[in-house]
Amino acid sequence: MDMNSFSPMMPTSPLSMINQIKFEDESDLKDLFITVDEPESHVTTIETFITYRIITKTSRGEFDSSEFEVRRRYQDFLWLKGKLEEAHPTLIIPPLPEKFIVKGMVERFNDDFIETRRKALHKFLNRIADHPTLTFNEDFKIFLTAQAWELSSHKKQGPGLLSRMGQTVRAVASSMRGVKNRPEEFMEMNNFIELFSQKINLIDKISQRIYKEEREYFDEMKEYGPIHILWSASEEDLVDTLKDVASCIDRCCKATEKRMSGLSEALLPVVHEYVLYSEMLMGVMKRRDQIQAELDSKVEALTYKKADTDLLPEEIGKLEDKVECANNALKADWERWKQNMQNDIKLAFTDMAEENIHYYEQCLATWESFLTSQTNLHLEEASEDKP
Amino acid sequence: MEQAPPDPERQLQPAPLEPLGSPDAGLGAAVGKEAEGAGEESSGVDTMTHNNFWLKKIEISVSEAEKRTGRNAMNMQETYTAYLIETRSVEHTDGQSVLTDSLWRRYSEFELLRSYLLVYYPHIVVPPLPEKRAEFVWHKLSADNMDPDFVERRRIGLENFLLRIASHPILCRDKIFYLFLTQEGNWKETVNETGFQLKADSRLKALNATFRVKNPDKRFTDLKHYSDELQSVISHLLRVRARVADRLYGVYKVHGNYGRVFSEWSAIEKEMGDGLQSAGHHMDVYASSIDDILEDEEHYADQLKEYLFYAEALRAVCRKHELMQYDLEMAAQDLASKKQQCEELVTGTVRTFSLKGMTTKLFGQETPEQREARIKVLEEQINEGEQQLKSKNLEGREFVKNAWADIERFKEQKNRDLKEALISYAVMQISMCKKSLTLSPRLECNGMISAHYNLRLPCSSNSTSSSRVAGITGVCHHA
Repeated sequence: MDMNSFSPMMPTSPLSMINQIKFEDESDLKDLFITVDEPESHVTTIETFITYRIITKTSRGEFDSSEFEVRRRYQDFLWLKGKLEEAHPTLIIPPLPEKFIVKGMVERFNDDFIETRRKALHKFLNRIADHPTLTFNEDFKIFLTAQAWELSSHKKQGPGLLSRMGQTVRAVASSMRGVKNRPEEFMEMNNFIELFSQKINLIDKISQRIYKEEREYFDEMKEYGPIHILWSASEEDLVDTLKDVASCIDRCCKATEKRMSGLSEALLPVVHEYVLYSEMLMGVMKRRDQIQAELDSKVEALTYKKADTDLLPEEIGKLEDKVECANNALKADWERWKQNMQNDIKLAFTDMAEENIHYYEQCLATWESFLTSQTNLHLEEASEDKP
Repeated sequence: MEQAPPDPERQLQPAPLEPLGSPDAGLGAAVGKEAEGAGEESSGVDTMTHNNFWLKKIEISVSEAEKRTGRNAMNMQETYTAYLIETRSVEHTDGQSVLTDSLWRRYSEFELLRSYLLVYYPHIVVPPLPEKRAEFVWHKLSADNMDPDFVERRRIGLENFLLRIASHPILCRDKIFYLFLTQEGNWKETVNETGFQLKADSRLKALNATFRVKNPDKRFTDLKHYSDELQSVISHLLRVRARVADRLYGVYKVHGNYGRVFSEWSAIEKEMGDGLQSAGHHMDVYASSIDDILEDEEHYADQLKEYLFYAEALRAVCRKHELMQYDLEMAAQDLASKKQQCEELVTGTVRTFSLKGMTTKLFGQETPEQREARIKVLEEQINEGEQQLKSKNLEGREFVKNAWADIERFKEQKNRDLKEALISYAVMQISMCKKSLTLSPRLECNGMISAHYNLRLPCSSNSTSSSRVAGITGVCHHA
């Protein structure tokens, strides 16, 4: 069954039409709610792995029930992504969090790592749910609803690993050809993707670095306040002032902590997701090029009468349709993706800015109240001295 | 005014000469480019509420610093910085100031002045000099003595040093100090002619006294502990402050890295382009704002450093007391032993072991005449000793009285100054927060989320939801 709902030949369900029109207001019409939580460690004789609980709530008719709870491991997510890519080669499939973190020691079961991964997996599933086409994918439904044994037997039905590998090799070979005949709009798209990828990677690095610097600043500040308390022990006349300064510093310290956590909740995951998206996009371009290359090679064969030409026109016709569908799918999804990207990035940086503003406002208030209390004290003392 | 009584060993007593200035001298702190004749406001320098004996006031400022090259003692070429010291006298009646003296001095001459003051005013907490080398450096600060920021802070520190002396009721009247301000050439020779280096207590002697003294005044012992604590806590504070400054610098500067990336990105974004440009610009301004902020904080650190060094000055006074007390105890002990010797000779009893006693036993008793002679010598020595002890006692008490008066004065000054410094730190933090806030204007965009950095969002009222490509002049061209 052709999963491409943008193809003019495909009967569209009323629901999917609504989704096509109002993709900007998706949140109002959401009928599929997914959460990923409760990571759990499983130990077997062969391996140790983590599963995540996935709860799905839906009002859709095609689902047998309105609530589902399943447990999935990372491998299962990988499988789902593969199936989606297979079914929709030129749609922009949301990215999965990385398999490993390539930074020094690989601590797969480190708490922060697990939490970051959980959030990213949650995002992944919700992005699919929000996608006008992908949300109706059959494998997606099975992923959300099937029990463990059902899923494994379903998995075995698909094309094997080896055949998929073979596809990749062919894809690389033919994508080279496809690049030559790439239509103008896709050239522009490709340029954008390359530049975007560069920039978003840089922004990712910068953002991580900022977090690191803020963390180190926080660590030093923690030590700074208490020194004033220590000092107050040997200064009779300055006890109150020193203690007040110490408490101001501590409050600013807490504000820093809040600022940091804002950064790590709002900005870092978003930027990182788009780093992964940029890699995805390159894959999508390649797949589009490959589909085009298939067509081009057949056209070439017809032109130069290389092979048996009887069946070629019919094959070419089919491939032309395929190319047109693929291109249209990508174009539409591209617009949608760009829109989302702009909103997400703006929101992320706006949030970061808000956090910064709150931080400075809080620190300002802290020090200003200190100053007021000192001035009041001073005035009190001054009036006491006067006869 | 209180003056330390002449130490019999040190004949030279710096005699107060022409009326130098009032105890309120040095009220005008013409710091760098600020207006002259700043009048009554002192830069945190203490003023005694004494009777104003003098009609003239003077203002001292270290107004400039200059790089010089010259030949040092070993005839090798060296580069150093010279500082211009300007003295103005202010007519009491009309407040006008007239430049009376101006000369150049280098740091080593300031050091010489201070060493001299330490020797001649051991009972005074002598103001410290700004640091010789940059300590508690955080990575951006240069530890190089020729670095312009360091030189500028040193200039301020040296001015502060002179103002502290000028406002001290006793130190301000010292002749050598006066000459320091007025006599450019030959001043070094004049100081050295006082022979003060010879009069200085040897460090070894002082150390010895510290260990051996039996009954120092408890107040001085407490003061010593206090100064140790002060030094330790301020050092710790300065160290951590330097690290905090370093980190803060990092946070601000890394934000600046966004600037270039945003601006490059804006080139490919039609819609977000302006927003990105503006955001990038704000990041750059934010990142560069930290330089001024931290420069201000260095002045705060300098204020703390002054009191760090004051701790050493306090200890110097305590050491002097211990030395005098030890001296006294030794003299008393010596006197007591002589008296005992005398007594033994007179009564003929030998209570303590003595070599004389042994040799007497071995070689026979001495003659009565010999004994008489020895008793006479001892009695003379005892008399002398008693006189000395009396004067040492008097000296000691005078020292304690005078020193303690100055220490009380110092304590009040310290409390005032440190409080002011802490308040100025709060003011700095406030200004930093305000600055950073003004760099983040809030803008409302058609009632959508308040956008920082002037980002323009595609307001939903503009684009019609029916068309997927509404308002997007993007990459794709639809057939």
